[in-house]
Amino acid sequence: MSNQLPGAVAIGIKRGGLELKQFFRQRESVVFTLLFPLILLAIFGSVFSNTIAPNVTFSQYFVAGMIASALVNTGFQQIAIFIPIERDLGALKRLRGTPMPATSYFIGKAILVTVSMLLQVVLLLAAGVAFFGVNLPTQSQKWLLFIALLVMGSLVSTILGVAFSSVPKNARGASAIVSPVVIVLQFFSGVFFIFTDLPKWMQQVAAIFPLKWLTQGMRSVFLPENFATREIVGNWETGRTFAIIGIWLIVGTILAIRTFKWDRE
Amino acid sequence: MQPIIEIKGLRKSYGALAVVKDLSLDIHAGEIFAILGPNGAGKTTTVEILEGFRNADSGEISVLGINPAIKGKAGLAWRNRIGIVLQSTQDTAELTVREALTHFASYYSNPRDVNDVIALVGLSEKADDRARTLSGGQRRRLDVGLGIIGRPELLFLDEPTTGFDPEARRAFWVLIKQLKTEGTTILLTTHYLDEAEALADRVAVMNHGEILEVSTPALLGGRSQAKATVSWSEGGVAKSERTDTPTDFVKSLSNRLGGEIPELSIHRPSLEDIYLSMIGATHE
Repeated sequence: MSNQLPGAVAIGIKRGGLELKQFFRQRESVVFTLLFPLILLAIFGSVFSNTIAPNVTFSQYFVAGMIASALVNTGFQQIAIFIPIERDLGALKRLRGTPMPATSYFIGKAILVTVSMLLQVVLLLAAGVAFFGVNLPTQSQKWLLFIALLVMGSLVSTILGVAFSSVPKNARGASAIVSPVVIVLQFFSGVFFIFTDLPKWMQQVAAIFPLKWLTQGMRSVFLPENFATREIVGNWETGRTFAIIGIWLIVGTILAIRTFKWDRE
Repeated sequence: MQPIIEIKGLRKSYGALAVVKDLSLDIHAGEIFAILGPNGAGKTTTVEILEGFRNADSGEISVLGINPAIKGKAGLAWRNRIGIVLQSTQDTAELTVREALTHFASYYSNPRDVNDVIALVGLSEKADDRARTLSGGQRRRLDVGLGIIGRPELLFLDEPTTGFDPEARRAFWVLIKQLKTEGTTILLTTHYLDEAEALADRVAVMNHGEILEVSTPALLGGRSQAKATVSWSEGGVAKSERTDTPTDFVKSLSNRLGGEIPELSIHRPSLEDIYLSMIGATHE
């Protein structure tokens, strides 16, 4: 008889597989998380076809914003809504009563977020290139920046989702609170409108949160280099973007660890 | 022999409300022990402290040699040795019975065989159906399957048969008795007196955070010595008599009435009668 408990990483990878299986079997989660942004893209892209700068259409601008939003949808939104549901169903308490390490649970969530995020980004990019004239970056430097933004953005979004999952009292409250938070943040951060056209106070509020910076970062990847002069400070502020994401990452991790609840009470 | 669970002077309050007051209890290896009590008696709080889900205000507790009420003590090695079946869980809905059991088996050092567990909980025909398609009773049997997949030495069962039809309840009892024969110690909380009577080696009646009595179901509340009630019909009138000697009484009654006694019944207090008088007696 072996007394050796299985390792946290091995269990975490198994949990990732299980999370994905459950994700794809729930039609609501697939539609809500993966298809809704594509529908938004189709609507906004068709309604606003004007050009906002030489060689930059609104839909190109919008695609960059939607890719940044994909990090929020698959990380923050998905996690902050589904953890309270799991808590309500008793799933978290059941896990707490087994020898599954807490780390494994979060590894599983990270795998779910990574796969759904990559899927959504690929779908948005494909739609952007096919229908909205988005040009993929040609310099490897831009691709590196893109990957760094995906990794850091996904990470901060997920961690903040875990931290926020303790805010809603129950599963019903979760979607009622989380979705409006995300939509308002998208409006303020220049996803649905040109950021520089927004009122100053909105820009300032948005600058507190990571989405504004991720959106700006995605523009620096997908829009022509000279569009930078049309940003608020006249350049892409790449260093500041990663600094602010880094601060949120630290704050979010501390909050997530201190507030995470396995049980309803 | 060292008891599997030892509790001395356990106390737990939420604010000014004392939920568990100076509770002491021993539970031995291999027994089925039932805690009975009305809602709000403190059963769930007590059990959740033993399961390592809550801390205690004071008291000495040992569950498999560990005090789970101390933060950080209810570690993974300890959890590897226990099984918990919570009240009404609805998770794993999108997984099949086999997928859920196979996955949970991967958490433990020495799990049971998944097919054995599926057969043991009577879900062989449902093994590849998703949990959300199971009936309430089947769903509960899956919960027990998940609770025992890790081959626990100690199994906690919280209100396991709430909402079952009588047939499903009987089938469930057979399963629990089988686990006992395999050496699992079982701590059961239940509302159902017949369930405690059918399953438990010993029962504790709990109310207002205190244990009123610990005994076997047959001896609880002086049940075996309680007066029997003899009821019969005489000249169309229902009569009854409480007596310590029902056999003598029936004999003399039979002589008096000339043989057969119309509508004769002899009734000893059921576990439920005893239980209700016990918890009624403590109501202010």
